[in-house]
Amino acid sequence: MDRRLAIKWMLAAGAGAMLADPFALGAPGDGQAPVPPPARGYGTDPDLMKPYKPGDYWPLTLSEGERRTAAALCDVIVPAEAQAPSASSVGVPDFIDEWVSAPYPNCVKDRTTILDGLAWIEAESGKRFGKGFADAAAAERVSLCEAVAPEAPEGSALEAPSKFFRRFRNLTTAGYFTTPVGMRDLGYIGNVPMATFDGPPADLVAKLGLTDEVKW
Amino acid sequence: MAFVTPSSAAEKNYDVIVVGSGAGGGQAAYTLTMDGARVLMIEAGRNYDPRTETPMFQTTDMAPLRASGTPDKPFGFFDATIDGGWSVPGEPYTNASTDKSRQFFWWRARMLGGRTNHWARHALRNGPYDFKPRSRDGLGFDWPISYDDVEPYYDKVEMLIGVYGMNNGLENTPDSPEGCLLPPPKARIGELLARQRGRTLGIPVIPIRRAVLTRPLDHSTIPAKLHPGNARAQRIIAEDMQNRAACFWATSCGRGCSIRANYQSTTVHLPPAMATGNLDILVNAMVRSIKVNAAGKATGVVYVDKASGAENHASARAVVLGASACETVRVLLNSKSGLFPNGLGNSSGLVGQYIMDTVGANWGGQIPLLENLPPHNEDGAGGLHVYAPWWLYKDAAKLGFARGYHVEFGSGKGMPGGYAPFTPDSDGRTSFGVPMKEEARRYYGSHIGFSGRGEMIPNKDSFCELDPKVVDKWGIPVLRFTWKWSEHEIRQVAHMQRTFADWIEAMGGTNKTRPDPDGRKAIAGGGFVIHEVGGAIMGADAATSVTNSWAQTWDVKNVFVADGAVFASNADKNPTLTIMALAWRTADRVLDEMRRGNI
Repeated sequence: MDRRLAIKWMLAAGAGAMLADPFALGAPGDGQAPVPPPARGYGTDPDLMKPYKPGDYWPLTLSEGERRTAAALCDVIVPAEAQAPSASSVGVPDFIDEWVSAPYPNCVKDRTTILDGLAWIEAESGKRFGKGFADAAAAERVSLCEAVAPEAPEGSALEAPSKFFRRFRNLTTAGYFTTPVGMRDLGYIGNVPMATFDGPPADLVAKLGLTDEVKW
Repeated sequence: MAFVTPSSAAEKNYDVIVVGSGAGGGQAAYTLTMDGARVLMIEAGRNYDPRTETPMFQTTDMAPLRASGTPDKPFGFFDATIDGGWSVPGEPYTNASTDKSRQFFWWRARMLGGRTNHWARHALRNGPYDFKPRSRDGLGFDWPISYDDVEPYYDKVEMLIGVYGMNNGLENTPDSPEGCLLPPPKARIGELLARQRGRTLGIPVIPIRRAVLTRPLDHSTIPAKLHPGNARAQRIIAEDMQNRAACFWATSCGRGCSIRANYQSTTVHLPPAMATGNLDILVNAMVRSIKVNAAGKATGVVYVDKASGAENHASARAVVLGASACETVRVLLNSKSGLFPNGLGNSSGLVGQYIMDTVGANWGGQIPLLENLPPHNEDGAGGLHVYAPWWLYKDAAKLGFARGYHVEFGSGKGMPGGYAPFTPDSDGRTSFGVPMKEEARRYYGSHIGFSGRGEMIPNKDSFCELDPKVVDKWGIPVLRFTWKWSEHEIRQVAHMQRTFADWIEAMGGTNKTRPDPDGRKAIAGGGFVIHEVGGAIMGADAATSVTNSWAQTWDVKNVFVADGAVFASNADKNPTLTIMALAWRTADRVLDEMRRGNI
């Protein structure tokens, strides 16, 4: 596994040691001169107490058509279920628009991938189904995603679309699972003040053959 | 006491100017003001109040880009750092080499309290070996002091700031006297599994020590131990301790803590220091140099008021530098005068030499045993509960590298954030739809990430100096770095990677690939771990060190260093607790010297 993946897993673990990677963030690569601050980022001293929504710091830039395609794709990735709503109904397309419109290096890099990918999926839907992706039937939308879900061989026609789909899926899941609804769906039940921290449930500890009886 | 302006600061006569407000500056100012010294603290960043500025319960969807890291906020939107990172607008630094592996990346935080607002709160003591490494293996330098000299200060700092942990009696991993430590939190499920399986590899897993209050500090007994014979100081700190709440087991410490449950200089050192009435704080003031008179004594500092851009002067009987290792070096090198043409404290030519960071490498894995566990709250103390101290002291001769590392690891169902993938995408297929959601629920909380944190041996190829051409936006010459890991660190990282991969397998996980045996591929760049120390090392004689054993510069006896710059070695233990212990000891020396009329 490469270091960046390891770092992502650390982030996924949440409770891990604090880590950041200046290269992964697009910080100054050669150390000769610092990269100037993004023209329209939130700066190095934003108000942390204020709740933000996409568009507060930099304008959203997806066209109406792109947003429609993106929303439809989001909902193939995170469809509505009995206990949980779809990605588009909790604002994930707004987040993706915010992401691809942001001035930071990672986002700028993703912008090309995402815009090209949305155009490809729209064109491919027209070719296959004679209509735009958002207007295609649910089964048609799924079948198109199935086509780009496998890792495509380098140099093949599907290489770029499959890379786009991976990136778009990751943005969608990141956007969805960080909403209050998504966190609950995932099984995160923290972020509440408690009088004591009691550790994992005793029956779970026993079930895994572990012990927390060592005195500490 | 108050926050002061340049004009009011100029009117006063201070006993001591403290440059910097983080772990070193904060501790020095605390000790000095509690004993009656009048102190001016000068901070390059803005004022910062964690009680009103900490986003405690905000979820990541309330932040731009789901709070993920950006060049503006490298550790994420909610990280406490203000105006900081590996690059600070208008305040460049340079590297002599264009080869990334030969470069150093310098993290700074321009805010009151500095990096203490966001640090991991890992508060490990150096052990006895760590002060005498050269005596053990012939490499690097011995400190002019021993563990016994620092131990009473470790005790006091732990009691003052509040550190959880326990005594495990392990080699070179010191125990604390009764009454110093707070009870450690229970281990999370992944931590328990890592402990059980670590044992099969001979790796001990014990509670880590972190500066987080797992219960309120004992305000009835600690103050008398901290300030014997000083009733006023005891009263002030007893009252302040009662205003710090214990952890409520939610929110990450990296955001800071509005209830003052963890250590930040701004929540622990500065409030009681201010309550003495002896502390003035000047923010947004960038110290350029120390002024020295014809007799070779420091008279104060020259600084730039960032608001007006004007250069100002402040006077005191003594100057204590706690600006962070490299910034302290910069101030010393920029303090050129007729008496000290190469910078203050630099008669030995060693100011800026022997910069060290912590050796770091990461490896992660997914553990099937931890899949699909019933939801339970694993937020805990907002950081690690356990770690593995270095365990192979007896094997030093056969490892192929000197010194060692400790292991920090994170697991569990933390608050989802950033752009972390929640699914493993087996067979390279990008899953989606209901199956993806099932996978996400199944795998969430089943990953573990290991970070090695190891000792770097000081070397002649890792240093900083003034760049002959580049200046910052105020015209102050900037630092130029040169960096090189030695084979010891490279091999140590390879050992870390192998260990982590073995550990993952011992936990029932699989590694998609085995680690590359070449440590060069995995070693974190210089400065990535943000534990830089050295540059003004302490020693037993003036020819081979910058300061004496009290962190007092050999050249100018009323200039002291209270940050990591004086470290003669950089043990695997995170440096912050040692910085504080030494700063307290140095502040005691300043007080002594003033009482004796020596300064």
